[in-house]
Amino acid sequence: MTNPPQTLFEKIWERHIVAQQPNSPAVLYIDLHLVHEVTSPQAFTGLRQRGLRVRRPDKTVATMDHSIPTTPLSVPIADAQAAAQLQMLADNTKEFGIALYGMDSPMRGIVHVIGPELGLTQPGMTIVCGDSHTSTHGAFGALAFGIGTSEVEHVLASQCLLQTRPKTFAVRVEGRLGAGVSAKDIILALIARIGIGGGGGHVFEYSGSAIRSLTMEERMTICNMSIEGGARAGMIAPDDVTFEYLAGRQHAPQGAAWERALQRWRALPSDAAAQFDKSITIAADELEPMVTYGTNPGMGVPVTSRIPDPAQISNAAARASMEQALEYMGLQPGQALLGQPIDVVFVGSCTNGRISDLRLAAQVMRGRRVAGGVRMLVVPGSQEVKRQAEQEGLDRIFRESGAEWREAGCSMCIAMNGDQLRPGQRAVSTSNRNFEGRQGKGGRTFLASPLTAAASAVSGHIADVRTLL
Amino acid sequence: MAQFTTLTSRVIPLLRTNIDTDQIIPARYLKVTDKAGLGDALFADWRYNADGSPNPDFVLNQPQHRGAQILLAGDNFGCGSSREHAPWALTAWGIRAVITTDVADIFRSNALKNGLLPIVVSGAAHAKLLEFVEELPQCELQIDLATQQMTLPDGSLVPFPIDDFSKTCLLQGVDQLGYILNYSERITAYEATLAG
Repeated sequence: MTNPPQTLFEKIWERHIVAQQPNSPAVLYIDLHLVHEVTSPQAFTGLRQRGLRVRRPDKTVATMDHSIPTTPLSVPIADAQAAAQLQMLADNTKEFGIALYGMDSPMRGIVHVIGPELGLTQPGMTIVCGDSHTSTHGAFGALAFGIGTSEVEHVLASQCLLQTRPKTFAVRVEGRLGAGVSAKDIILALIARIGIGGGGGHVFEYSGSAIRSLTMEERMTICNMSIEGGARAGMIAPDDVTFEYLAGRQHAPQGAAWERALQRWRALPSDAAAQFDKSITIAADELEPMVTYGTNPGMGVPVTSRIPDPAQISNAAARASMEQALEYMGLQPGQALLGQPIDVVFVGSCTNGRISDLRLAAQVMRGRRVAGGVRMLVVPGSQEVKRQAEQEGLDRIFRESGAEWREAGCSMCIAMNGDQLRPGQRAVSTSNRNFEGRQGKGGRTFLASPLTAAASAVSGHIADVRTLL
Repeated sequence: MAQFTTLTSRVIPLLRTNIDTDQIIPARYLKVTDKAGLGDALFADWRYNADGSPNPDFVLNQPQHRGAQILLAGDNFGCGSSREHAPWALTAWGIRAVITTDVADIFRSNALKNGLLPIVVSGAAHAKLLEFVEELPQCELQIDLATQQMTLPDGSLVPFPIDDFSKTCLLQGVDQLGYILNYSERITAYEATLAG
């Protein structure tokens, strides 16, 4: 008897079921648990109250990213609350025997940047973290998703989670991206197409020729924002690009174990006849650089577009939502996006804070200046990315252009650490969320790719990078 | 976990769609290491003026809604981050049920672990509820989890779906970690099968 065809998701899901009662969620085994300072303190407190230990500290890795300053860490942290939170993670990981890439670690960085960098993230794994952008790790053909703090406690205590099986959603991206169009534009275009709730209850599997031709870092950018389309996770089948990225990394299997792993990993891709619950196809050739104009990541349009008119929307709730968004953003229907003045440009985050993102931005910045009146922050996703960029001289390009070159962290993506917009300020940001106040109370965010962000920085307004290439 | 069996309360309408977790509780309030005081941060950017005074136009600040425990929200409530501070802030303020036409996955999971009932109804049922709330702001809605029904002020019933497991957990106040730990032997057996 042959096995029925399965998707990548189904193969991983079924291999991780520890137990399942009828009409109940599965007890799902977790291979890798990433921990950071913001969503873990109450979980450790819960363990202590119950007298429990961490079941598998060897499958648990912690770092500091959300509330940590991106100014030099040799200086004491001014924000007492953030300092206490960071100290608590140091104390908790010490008490429970968990590896911490902390303040002094040369490998510290955004949790979704360092997992892959260290080779911790591997195909076929189940990976969780108390952070919705855990979907990033799906780029390696892992099932990776964000969880709440109660679930962080569950995984710490049991290495398992109770999970209801999600449905599958095939996202096929076919063709070739044009010059100046990048992975970020693919994912912004997808979310604009399906809406921010469009993937609810589903796991995306990205496939197609355009996806195959992406590097691992570009694949991570796409999977990262799966949650902004409402999906539980986003995945890409592992292939030679994946294996090349992983080979030789610190925590990747070595020697004979590597060969065995490759054999397992090569069996992971969805079977040809596997069925998905939903699907969509996107033509890569037709994509343009995308920019969001509103207050959720689904409100995105090609950079050459005009601001949509809410009056054209028949659904009353959606119309009201767009009206509120335009009012918040200080935009009028029909205005061109190109030329909209900006105050700040942020290049960084778990979406676009990797070395290839910085290279793209630097390529545009080289020999140009950040426009007068614009503040540009470049925040590497990890200290390793920072070192690599400095080796390549990218930091010099940014500094000479007038941008700020920072230490690694989440920074202005979530604006918890003092890196934030002032009320009314407009930012072009390579991060993942343009929600009201996300980058600082009253701040207005235009999400875009590193290329578009850099082009806008040197132009002083929203710009089409294709005119600068 | 707090049990949820029945609830009778006035309803607060907050009809914006896609209310994300950054609105429910802005990130700058996540620097805490416990759950104390999060009720004050609920909807902070909508609820307070720049000087910190309450914004009288925001529904939660209106006297007729004081003490209400049910939120009637727009579509796709709770989208965005995985912060459990969102249901912590809602329950700390006093909300025990959120009625909407769709709720984001992680928020639903987090809510259910905190005795906060997410109720997803059809657009028509949502509109009917809103009609009552707008006409009779003081009217009370009854939620009965066991029968999965809401009783409207005119006596009409609106059913709502919930999976059996979540329902049982809420009705009995089941601690999900306790449930998982009952499988400790199975987990050990599973771990023995893991490839090296």
